[in-house]
Amino acid sequence: MVVLDRLVRSRTAAALTSPHGVDHYLSRINPMWAAHEVRARVVDVRRETDTPGAPVATLTLRPTATWRGHRAGQYVQVGLDLPGSARRMTRCFSISSPASGAGEEIALTVRAHADGQVSKHLVDAAPGLLLHLSQAEGSFTLPVSPATPGIDPLLFITGGSGITPAMSMLRTLLRDGYDGRAGRPVTFLHHARSPEDQIYAAELARIAEDDNDVTVHLRHGDARFSELELRRLAPGFRDTDTWACGPAGMMELVRAAYGDSPRLRLEHFKPPATATGSAEGDLRFARSDRRVANSGASIFEQAEDAGLSPVFGCRMGICFSCTTRKAEGTVRNVLSGAESSLPDEDIQICVSAPAGDCVVDL
Amino acid sequence: MKPHLTPDQLDAFGAEMDALRRRVLDDLGEDDAAYIRGIVRRQQQLEVLGRALFYLPPAWPLAVAALSASKILENMEIGHNVMHGQYDWMGDPHLNSRIYEWDNVCPGEQWKYSHNYIHHTFTNVLGKDRDIGYGILRMDEDQEWHPYYLGNPVYALLLMVFFEWGVAMHDLEVENIVRGTRTMEDNKALHAGIMRKVRRQALKDYLLFPALTGPLFPLTLVGNATANLVRNVWAFNIIFCGHFPAGAETFSEEECEDESRGHWYYRQVLGSANISGGPLFHVMSGNLSHQIEHHLFPDLPAKRYPEIAPEVREICERYGIEYTTGPLRRQLASVARKICRLALPDRSPKPSGGQEAVRPLAA
Ligand code: FES
Repeated sequence: MVVLDRLVRSRTAAALTSPHGVDHYLSRINPMWAAHEVRARVVDVRRETDTPGAPVATLTLRPTATWRGHRAGQYVQVGLDLPGSARRMTRCFSISSPASGAGEEIALTVRAHADGQVSKHLVDAAPGLLLHLSQAEGSFTLPVSPATPGIDPLLFITGGSGITPAMSMLRTLLRDGYDGRAGRPVTFLHHARSPEDQIYAAELARIAEDDNDVTVHLRHGDARFSELELRRLAPGFRDTDTWACGPAGMMELVRAAYGDSPRLRLEHFKPPATATGSAEGDLRFARSDRRVANSGASIFEQAEDAGLSPVFGCRMGICFSCTTRKAEGTVRNVLSGAESSLPDEDIQICVSAPAGDCVVDL
Repeated sequence: MKPHLTPDQLDAFGAEMDALRRRVLDDLGEDDAAYIRGIVRRQQQLEVLGRALFYLPPAWPLAVAALSASKILENMEIGHNVMHGQYDWMGDPHLNSRIYEWDNVCPGEQWKYSHNYIHHTFTNVLGKDRDIGYGILRMDEDQEWHPYYLGNPVYALLLMVFFEWGVAMHDLEVENIVRGTRTMEDNKALHAGIMRKVRRQALKDYLLFPALTGPLFPLTLVGNATANLVRNVWAFNIIFCGHFPAGAETFSEEECEDESRGHWYYRQVLGSANISGGPLFHVMSGNLSHQIEHHLFPDLPAKRYPEIAPEVREICERYGIEYTTGPLRRQLASVARKICRLALPDRSPKPSGGQEAVRPLAA
């Protein structure tokens, strides 16, 4: 097995299969054979909540041997071949299981969004489903372990599905022997829409009960965290290493409360935007950090007007030279009229016009 | 050449083509995905079969045949079409135009520029479309004659034999360097890319795979070279039949200034020619036998071309736009005649502005 593994990853194998690469051939024999790419089989699906319209499930994935493992708090890109359409959709999900080693199983906790095709499929997935993964990504991670010296407290503030990366961190700490004896208090604040919508309710209750110096505060519905409450539950929070992840409103509040404290680490998630019309909103060029009012023209023209010089070829939608990543927002294809609101999508900017706010990687 | 349609008619023609395109786009789905994945599987089977049969010396011709077929499929029905972005909608990195690299010495990145952009945008526009004669041949009366072109048939033969190399060198625009409109500096970056790709291709076909067959090294080496040659000859012929048989037109830069979408479609139809044949022939030509449909809709999956061809033809006929097609034999003969005829200076001085004079010999 090891010999075989070495062989398929060797430079000779790469040279023999050039220009396509070993995986191009291996994957067609058995999708779980890979030399570089990562794929995974869903081996277990467990419902966490049955919230109407937005149920949550935890999926256990068995990755190919090429999975390099992850640090607690990281996310992974998940590609799913949508049945019936032959389109592979790729979305990011935080890993909720504790830090993994190479080839080890991981778990994702996914909430089915009403207009999220991937998330809906994953929540209703059956074991055996094949997923295409990236390696773990992201720097929203936990740099400490129970073995790290120091007694600085740790604080987690999460809302809704934002609990998943924090849960991975908390689980990693506890798995690796954190018991509070070394004196590093952990505070875990979480807000869920309702008690029924609370993910990991039983596990959190057990963690709160155990003698481990982890304090868990859960809030539901209209009972949201305020700065006042933050001060009461986590005195000196501005000087506490903090990991926050949740919906935009909550993140705003947290950011305001922390001012410019360097202790705060934030992770955002990007829900699909909704279209607002033709020539409204702002068009933002992320790489050059410029923002213009959307004129309704193609993104290409607007970029040129803003003084940028994006790569182009035909300027009429046939050569794909101008393909650019759209980070968020809705665009309308001026040839077909089709609108698309997917985050992190590759678009031909010469034939795409923004519909409402839009961020592109230019 | 000047369109015989009014701008309004051209707009209406363009609108019909746009509607057709949209209809196919809306219909893309599992069939298209299954088709291209099936072709890739078949190509890989042929490739493995070909490489394996080299261990059986008596099966050498079969090995070469399998490997040639594999290379033709890979370059034409898979590589060319995938790199056009025909399957980008699937979101599969193995079939993505920005990622795919084909089994050919020409780096995909450079080919996409000269082909997808220059050739497909400025199709058959003299002085712009460098695929007219590849900077080597005289393929149109409007290219001024020069004694150099006496060698036209010989150059064509050489280009055919070394086609993949010709395509790779194509991007260096050597003729423009000779002309002084391009500098060696401009080519520095391209050189590195081409050399890297050439090294990889040569290492695989001319060293590693032959070496793996041990004492059969020379046989395998010759076999691989033959497969590459077969692919070169085939691709050259299909491509030249797609643009240069009698009936296909060229255009001047002025005619295409500020052109409408309708005129662009119009130019694509007149600048291309189809080759008629059976389903297997269409697949092996990468559906470039439907050059007209391909030029109208370069980013639609190629397997759709035969499906929409009758409708495209009907629309063209309704607008009185000539839709050139013919069997391979006839198109080949027509191209060969053109290459030979254009080696010599034009017989009659061209009447200025006369449309008939630029019409090639009737096929
Ligand atoms: S520039 Fe050719 S597709 Fe946009």
